[in-house]
Amino acid sequence: MTKSLLLVGVGGQGTILVSKILSEGLLEEGYDVKMAEIHGMSQRGGSVTTQIRFGDKVYSPTVNKGEADVLVSFEKIEALRYIPMLKKSGTLIINEEEIWPLPVLAGMEEYPEGVMEEIKEKLDNIVSVDARSIAEEIGEPRSANIVMLGLMVKALGIDKIDWISKIKHFLPERFHEANIKAFEKGLSL
Amino acid sequence: MKKLLTGNEAIARGAYEAGCHVATAYPGTPSTEILENVSTYQEIYSEWSTNEKVAMEVAAGASIAGARSMVAMKHVGLNVAADPLYTIAYEGVNGGLVVITADEPGMHSSQNEQDNRLTAVHAKVALMEPSDSQECKDYIKKAFEISEEYDTPVLFKVTTRICHSKSAVELEDRVEVPVREYIKDPKKYIMVPAHSKVKHIEMEEERIPRLQEFSNTTELNRIEWNDRKIGIVTSGASYVHAKEVFGDTVSYLKVGFSWPLPDAKFKEFAAGVEKIYVIEENEPYMEKHIKAMGIECTGKEIFSVCGEINPQIIREAILGEKPEDGYSMDVVAPSRPPALCAGCPHRGIFFEMSKHKNKINVTSDIGCYTLGAMAPLNVGDTVICMGAGISAGIGFDKVNRIAGREKKVFGVVGDSTFFHSGMTGLVDAVYNKSNMVTVILDNRITAMTGHQENPGTGKSISGVESPQIDLIALVKAIGIKDENLRVIDPYDMDANKEAVKAAIAADEPFVIITKQPCALIKDVMRKRANLYSQVNQDKCRKCKTCLKIGCPAISMKDNVVSIDTTMCNGCEVCVQVCPFDAIESFGKEVN
Repeated sequence: MTKSLLLVGVGGQGTILVSKILSEGLLEEGYDVKMAEIHGMSQRGGSVTTQIRFGDKVYSPTVNKGEADVLVSFEKIEALRYIPMLKKSGTLIINEEEIWPLPVLAGMEEYPEGVMEEIKEKLDNIVSVDARSIAEEIGEPRSANIVMLGLMVKALGIDKIDWISKIKHFLPERFHEANIKAFEKGLSL
Repeated sequence: MKKLLTGNEAIARGAYEAGCHVATAYPGTPSTEILENVSTYQEIYSEWSTNEKVAMEVAAGASIAGARSMVAMKHVGLNVAADPLYTIAYEGVNGGLVVITADEPGMHSSQNEQDNRLTAVHAKVALMEPSDSQECKDYIKKAFEISEEYDTPVLFKVTTRICHSKSAVELEDRVEVPVREYIKDPKKYIMVPAHSKVKHIEMEEERIPRLQEFSNTTELNRIEWNDRKIGIVTSGASYVHAKEVFGDTVSYLKVGFSWPLPDAKFKEFAAGVEKIYVIEENEPYMEKHIKAMGIECTGKEIFSVCGEINPQIIREAILGEKPEDGYSMDVVAPSRPPALCAGCPHRGIFFEMSKHKNKINVTSDIGCYTLGAMAPLNVGDTVICMGAGISAGIGFDKVNRIAGREKKVFGVVGDSTFFHSGMTGLVDAVYNKSNMVTVILDNRITAMTGHQENPGTGKSISGVESPQIDLIALVKAIGIKDENLRVIDPYDMDANKEAVKAAIAADEPFVIITKQPCALIKDVMRKRANLYSQVNQDKCRKCKTCLKIGCPAISMKDNVVSIDTTMCNGCEVCVQVCPFDAIESFGKEVN
């Protein structure tokens, strides 16, 4: 049975790194894996989405509307934007961070109020977390993405895979300790 | 060993395994990572060429000299390289020559979605289309063989979904293919009319029929017989999307070698299935060919020419199945357009230009500075293609004068774009006495495609030191007078102001060169890590001037303006534009 994951966030949040770690781990476990990333024109600050599909045999890397088993959003309004991609029985994992897009910063548009309330009212399965605060407590704010990885691994029930060695493989040694803590914290939530 | 590779990584690996000796490219999404990965293999000489035409010619020369050679570019790059391609098609090759075009249906980061399969038809070069990473690697190796066997360059078409999708690839060892002997052969390699006439006939009467025979028989064009009610003709990424929808319940003709198209296989397939659907992205290339053969099929009647194809589109078009009802939300998410980064050195001069909106037109170009056209800066009247920032400005300026408009034209280009095809425009501006202003935003890197070296950075693709082209001397040598040249630090708002003012007043070609490295270059980030600015709330009068520079680090929430200090790199543009000295700087540069 093929599972479809959609990771969405803002350029610079580390969604692509998490997708890489996840895909490598799944491949090693023996799954057929396809992963696709789409990023727009800007180096920072634009919408970034990655799609991961895994199962016995996967053909297309593309996740369609209403098809994602798990939607992982690293930012609140990005969740809002991509929720139509989620299956009705799917799970939303959401980092309750607000990153204002330029039209909001420049005062041309409003960052909407009550995003979490709306999401919680409409969706059945939600895991929400303040990953940035958790990462700050650990002492490495940039490990928020790895907190999210821990949550994903738990939600997908793929915690038998040796994720620690994958994290070590993809990150420089000086970040190992903090990110392993971040992963374990995410897994325990 | 199986490894997860993107299509781009697999192409690079394929070139390595195939014994490729020379690889060239100009960066461009979605093709950039091909050469970045090739450059990690010591066995292959690789270079960032000045532009795609140069890249194509370097590779063509290398092929004639006897080496297996590869050149990579994005789809619009092939337009720049079209001139050599169309003639090298006559000449043929010595060492195998593979030309990669990375097309972008859906235009995630491009100015058009042209379908370069049509270029293969026009240039009469063999065409291949892989569907996933494993095929990227396998087909590249095959492409070199075809190129040598049929004495033709091979056009290798991939798309964003293939370039940037990862799937498992079986790695193999490199097979050394020695550089072939070069034998002088003017009739083959000197394309003057007398030789070209012969080569063209040869191509039509010998090479193309042989390629046609190959296309009809090769396993690259494969029929998968299953249930025969529906037959699907498809290629590239559309194949995996179709397989996702139908699995083994329909029959397929998967076209991997697509010029010349496999007429015999189309006939065989048509005879074996009840109804044919053609699933292909963008142009109805195969569909028109099949219909011209008198075979009935359905294609663009139910699929759009615009954008990407995905499994859902196929499901709806062929099966009439709507997607399951998903969630719909009442709260609307504000858009998140791409923006100049916090600390971007382009911001200051764009802000200065934005103050003269009524006095200037701005012809912009392809690069991060394209984003200067977005709100709130709104600086930019046109964006066409690489180099047009200057050349289109020349035409715009002439007409402003003809029409008696009191407007100055500013053409904006980056350093890499200037070397790519801006230089020729500046020569034209000087030669033809244009009154326009050329702004060269020198940030010491090719930024938008993810930081590639270029002739101005002093480093080659592999990070080795290289001579640095002196932009200032070059501009002067082209004929820009000292009094019409400003070289400024774009973080210095007084300098921006003076330069823009002088440029508007000038009545000869004028050049402003801004010098400040991209804020995301690692060494720049390290040096500026402790620098930041903050709003002194006692002095802030909420005039919102700082919001007009469009910096993602500055926000106003609950009537309080604040700066995200983790994002801020202390460029101080906001400090200088604040009319009340309410923004203060902190921290020291790290040496």
